[in-house]
Amino acid sequence: MKWLFSLFFAFVVSSSSAFAQEESSPDAMIKKVTDDVLTIVRQDKDIQSGNTKKAIELVELKVLPNFNFQRMTALALGRDWNKATPEQKKRLAEEFKTLLVRTYSNALTGYKDQTIRYKPTKMQSGDTDVLVKTEVLQPGSKPIQLDYSMEKQADGWKVYDVIVAGVSLVTNYRDTFAQEVRANGIDGLVQMIASKNKQLEAGKK
Amino acid sequence: MRTRNNRKGSFVNTQMAKRILSAAFVAVVLSGLTGCATTANNPKDPYEGFNRAMFSVNEGIDVVVKPIAQGYDAAAPLPVKAGVGNFFGNIADVWIAVNNILQGKGGQGLSDAGRVLVNTTIGIGGVFDIASEIGLEKHAEDFGQTLGKWGVDEGAYLFWPLIGPRTTRDTFGWVVDSYADPLKRVENVALRNSLTGLRLIDIRASLLSTDKVVEQAAFDKYNYIRDAYLQNRRSAVFDGSPPAIKE
Repeated sequence: MKWLFSLFFAFVVSSSSAFAQEESSPDAMIKKVTDDVLTIVRQDKDIQSGNTKKAIELVELKVLPNFNFQRMTALALGRDWNKATPEQKKRLAEEFKTLLVRTYSNALTGYKDQTIRYKPTKMQSGDTDVLVKTEVLQPGSKPIQLDYSMEKQADGWKVYDVIVAGVSLVTNYRDTFAQEVRANGIDGLVQMIASKNKQLEAGKK
Repeated sequence: MRTRNNRKGSFVNTQMAKRILSAAFVAVVLSGLTGCATTANNPKDPYEGFNRAMFSVNEGIDVVVKPIAQGYDAAAPLPVKAGVGNFFGNIADVWIAVNNILQGKGGQGLSDAGRVLVNTTIGIGGVFDIASEIGLEKHAEDFGQTLGKWGVDEGAYLFWPLIGPRTTRDTFGWVVDSYADPLKRVENVALRNSLTGLRLIDIRASLLSTDKVVEQAAFDKYNYIRDAYLQNRRSAVFDGSPPAIKE
């Protein structure tokens, strides 16, 4: 389960300016954002000592703009996504985003001097879907793979899946979500994620 | 007379304790069975009822183990914790080297053997991970992965007390792993038990930071751990590049 240890890098992707995004490659973008966020975390004693609220602010500011949450939610639902109305899709994506941001911002507070190694990206010109591979290095333990699935959109490259040590943070929810949809429908699923978010917000964990 | 009464009393108490224990056991088994009845059948988890029961047993054990790990984590200075982790990591590297070779990855196996050599000597018995600093990277291999590489199917998902999640294949792999465990060769019983205990605490402490994430991320902790475990093992067998699963 050591792979989970580096979850906090999962959302370490920040915004670069619209101009830069037009030209920059997806791996260059991942690198820039990771470096930006880690620079801040290394200097921020509050985040290091477990201030989740500050970590969430950092993630919302730097990381969120680079994620496609609609696509992430669709991926987590699999076939059930097509059963949802546009209104339901919107609410699902919103609640799922809140959950992921809150959960994994928390992981940022576990940062302990890990470094990131960027691996060469296999990509041909004209590709619109690419896997950016990185590794989290910790002395004394095996490097942990941290990969980002990205797709090119009109406003630049966006992350739609994060894979830590082979575990997709998005599809890991698929069975749970499918089970809920079978039992209580799409609305039941919206309700389930929303009440989980409320619980986390209230600090009940 | 008094003695007899006392004896009788203690006999009654033992009976009581037995009854309470068996009631607790029945409760655990029942909770497992109801878990089975209420959740939809999942083809990748045919023994979900049993597994959930064992999962709750483990959660119970963790009530004791976790505070010890937390105490260790809080009390031991960072260099000590790193040294302890490196020490057990070095012992593990021997078997990792063997498994790399068994999987036909001779280069990695040699590198692991080099790690053991460097860390045991220059790294003072494995306390310092000098090998990583000179570019001999640590790997993670076990016999379950080797079996997977050889084409053995992963089989049903199982959850064991103390050991935790394992597929059927990895359960067998675990048996072989623990047979090959160098700590088993330590002759002094007290030393062996202390080392085994310390290793358990070290592993548990290294997972503390992930606890919170899992608690928050998971709707159902059992499901979340199962799905993550299965994805992770599939990836590990294919050294990080598993074939895509059809949707």
